[in-house]
Amino acid sequence: MQHETASPATPAVGANPLWEVFVRAKRGLNHVHAGSVHAPDAATALRHARDVYTRRAEGVSIWLVASTAIVASDPDAQGDWFEDDKPYRHPTFYTVSDEVGHL
Amino acid sequence: MEQSSTVPNGSARESHFAALLSAGEKIEPRDWMPVAYRRTMIRQIAQHAHSEVIGQQPEGNWITRAPSLARKAILVAKVQDEAGHGLYLYSACETLGISRDELNELLHQGRQKYSSIFNYPTLSWADVGAIGWLVDGAAITNQVTLTRTSYGPYARAMVRICKEESFHQRQGFEIMTTLAQGSEAQRAMAQDALDRWWWPSLAMLGPPDEQSTHTDQSLQWGIKLETNDEIRQRFVDQTVPQAHFLGLHVPDEALAWNEGRGHWDFGDIDWDAFWEVVRGNGPCNHERLAHKVQAWQDGAWVREAGLAYAAKQAHGAPRNSA
Repeated sequence: MQHETASPATPAVGANPLWEVFVRAKRGLNHVHAGSVHAPDAATALRHARDVYTRRAEGVSIWLVASTAIVASDPDAQGDWFEDDKPYRHPTFYTVSDEVGHL
Repeated sequence: MEQSSTVPNGSARESHFAALLSAGEKIEPRDWMPVAYRRTMIRQIAQHAHSEVIGQQPEGNWITRAPSLARKAILVAKVQDEAGHGLYLYSACETLGISRDELNELLHQGRQKYSSIFNYPTLSWADVGAIGWLVDGAAITNQVTLTRTSYGPYARAMVRICKEESFHQRQGFEIMTTLAQGSEAQRAMAQDALDRWWWPSLAMLGPPDEQSTHTDQSLQWGIKLETNDEIRQRFVDQTVPQAHFLGLHVPDEALAWNEGRGHWDFGDIDWDAFWEVVRGNGPCNHERLAHKVQAWQDGAWVREAGLAYAAKQAHGAPRNSA
């Protein structure tokens, strides 16, 4: 997932650090990035995240990550760094005779 | 189109940016973008965020005087939503490389604006209904199109906000319905609120297209998807029948259904009055900003204490051995 932290510009002196918020909507689903909150420490950030991103029972679990801890791929490397989509990696590439039925 | 000449392969990056836009793809935070696109986005998202935050004040004014406990609980939830919307939007704005502290500072210094609509007073309980119905209604008309805006974090924030705003509009319309079906005095309250909020609600959708300085470039960049006048017409078309349902009179003698256009014709908006409010001379401009700055200053000790506590925890608090 592409993270959405503020730019790597250094925060103002005394500013509350930024935390990225990931919310699991219900059991069986993965945590999805919802946004970010500012808070001086993790426990406070967790309460802020609950108040800001789950006011309508949108979540059963929250993950927080300090924005500075996220490692991301280079956004300019799209074409060359990610492998091209190879058609033979997909089932639709292969033809199977109708007689075989479901395969 | 403006671009930074210090960026290597500037023209390649610019054509990649243009190709993303024309393919209907979103621009994401770490993508290269023209300086003017970034600046426009920051201005627009910040103004939107500030509007949500300042918008808590006119309605917050009625929390202690809501006519029932249920109405009070609902109004608290709505005002809390406005705070949340401000936070979603600040979060989106910060992805463009501006800090929360800078955004606060720009608002407090009056260097960034918030919607002119929040510079009008809420004189009666009916105003809470009128704001939900008309102000939030107008805002939704604009915001629904913004869910398709070209900057990813802004579009995603708008999706979330639109879902929540629709509660706001319905609760406002319900207040208006209750008043409109009530006693003579209640009907008069509802009519008075409509009389005062109608024109500002039309004006808040922004200057007419021929006067709008940002429209062309914003349309080209997919920041805006419709012009102010298009959005305003749709809002009028949706809202006039609702006023008729309520049995209230829309304060516009030029209002008439135009069969040929398939739209409601409406009268001229007093743009001089609108610009006066934008320039800071509305009934509540000073009060709104002063209150915001005061709240920020009053909360300074809380922010300082939070940071001091976090620093102490991080460095290991000295144990009390007694």
